[in-house]
Amino acid sequence: MNDYVLQVSQLQKSFGAVKATNNLSLEIERGQVHALIGPNGAGKTTLIKQLCGELIPDSGTILFNNKNITAFPMPKRALLGMGRSFQVTSVFQQLTVKENIALAVQAHHGHSFHFWKPASKEETLEQATMQAMQRCGLLARADTIASSLSHGEMRQLDVGMALAGKPELLLLDEPMAGMGSGGSLKMTELIQELKGNTSVLLIEHDMQAVFSLADRITVLVYGEAIATGTAEEIQNNPQVQRAYLGDEQDNA
Amino acid sequence: MPFDASRFRTRTGVLLITGLLFLLLLPPVSSVMNESYLVSFFSRILIYALAAVSLDLIIGYGGMVSLGHAAFFGIGAYGVGFLTFHFQESTLFIFGFEGTDNALISWPFAIVFSAALAAIIGALSLRTSGIYFIMITLAFSQMFYYLFVSLEAYGGDDGLSLWSRNRLGPLDISNDTVFYYVCLVSLLVFLFISWRLVHSRFGRVVRGTRENELRMQTLGYATYRYKLVCFTIAGAGAGLAGALLANQNEFVSPGLMHWTHSGEILVMVLLGGMGTLFGPVLGAMAFLLMEEVLAAWTEHWMVFLGPFLIIVVLFAKKGLYGLLTGERHE
Ligand SMILES: Nc1ncnc2c1ncn2[C@@H]1O[C@H](COP(=O)(O)OP(=O)(O)OP(=O)(O)O)[C@@H](O)[C@H]1O
Ligand SMILES: [Mg+2]
Repeated sequence: MNDYVLQVSQLQKSFGAVKATNNLSLEIERGQVHALIGPNGAGKTTLIKQLCGELIPDSGTILFNNKNITAFPMPKRALLGMGRSFQVTSVFQQLTVKENIALAVQAHHGHSFHFWKPASKEETLEQATMQAMQRCGLLARADTIASSLSHGEMRQLDVGMALAGKPELLLLDEPMAGMGSGGSLKMTELIQELKGNTSVLLIEHDMQAVFSLADRITVLVYGEAIATGTAEEIQNNPQVQRAYLGDEQDNA
Repeated sequence: MPFDASRFRTRTGVLLITGLLFLLLLPPVSSVMNESYLVSFFSRILIYALAAVSLDLIIGYGGMVSLGHAAFFGIGAYGVGFLTFHFQESTLFIFGFEGTDNALISWPFAIVFSAALAAIIGALSLRTSGIYFIMITLAFSQMFYYLFVSLEAYGGDDGLSLWSRNRLGPLDISNDTVFYYVCLVSLLVFLFISWRLVHSRFGRVVRGTRENELRMQTLGYATYRYKLVCFTIAGAGAGLAGALLANQNEFVSPGLMHWTHSGEILVMVLLGGMGTLFGPVLGAMAFLLMEEVLAAWTEHWMVFLGPFLIIVVLFAKKGLYGLLTGERHE
């Protein structure tokens, strides 16, 4: 009997005539990196939005640790242990790196109806914030306002915030997009380190990263999962080659 | 970089200490200069500053642009008005309670009254955001305006006259100078509370929500609750300002709740600097001084205020406070 952190079954989501998620079922085993690939507009981001609660599916169910969370609001899912990074960087632009990470840390340290004590004097928060900054490699940039970070650093911060809450399941939406090869390599290492402890749903166009990291891969085309398997199985799947990998070569 | 930062901090310190000294010394100086009306004029400034600081908590820190803040100001004033009125008439207020002229009862009552109303209005309005939030807060405050216009028992449109100011322990606040210092202390206390608030865990959450609410929710914050508490605290601050204004004017009227009054408080915040605690104090001072000086000249003084406001908002991101301190960040 497999131990699944996430089980999605028969998920449907349409925007008007567009079936962005079409009868999609997917399981993620605990501690594994599960990659989700597919051409632009396949519905990858739309799936993440439904998993984390930004969108509610038209039908189907989402089980997180065997609990039906299909209709849970976003904050509740986050507190149950779901972290999410954004395809389009979404950080607090006017706050410092440290304040950004601190907000992510603070969310998982009880409620925040503390009105009197300066937040910077909360020792446990401070320590956890320092650790989280160290982990995403931004300790040296702690006091920089987020809006003046480089593109790559901002991506790091986005992922760092998702990680700071120590999630059980991490949903990463193209974390390496526009990062450059050095940044991609660092991000690959970071995700590699998570293996075993944190389960990851990884959306990524960088095939090298996907094939080196993923335990399993699901290929999404027009909202439908056309194949799921190991890197090798996916590479050798003729349907995938036709529908997706072939496309890529055509484009390139 | 560190050198710059410390220089800015010194400049801010100088500004704040000068401001505080000015406000502390105003009554003796104006009495020496035989300009004692200044004391009562500046009491008004302090009261509006308090209201503007409370509005800045929701607009500047919380990112909730409300055009209904005057409702809480007016409700605070009426809180004092009701109790004083029933005390004067020796009649019962609601639920068998009597009126009172004791500030230690009526001012807290005004604060709680405003906060409770803010909690209710906030609970409904905060389900929307952006332009809808502006419209719904405006609509609520207009609703209260018309409700109070129709309260004939309390003077309706004409408002309520109070025979005298409240009793405040051993302090004789019918004396303008004593009352001035009561207003000053109220403002300083509220500023201190606000300062602690915006630097606390709670304040950090509120600022994060202003910046990026979706991200806050994906991090695990039920943002609605935090916004509602912030809105309620701001309502309480406006309530205190209203209680003070009722005493200052010895008069309350529905006009206090009119949306144009909300607009004036909003202008004070914009002028002084959104998202800065001391900015709205400067804004209230600048606004009321301009009104006083220009209104003596022409009744169309707003014609001058408009361009001035546009210039300040365009050229100083943090309003007058930003101009004077050179600070770009809170
Ligand atoms: N809010 C929306 N309203 C209408 N259509 C939408 C909405 N969001 C997504 N879509 C459509 O749903 C489909 C899937 O979009 P989605 O963003 O999930 O694709 P994706 O796989 O993440 O693509 P990319 O690789 O470009 O990020 C697209 O056809 C898109 O136009
Ligand atoms: Mg996408």
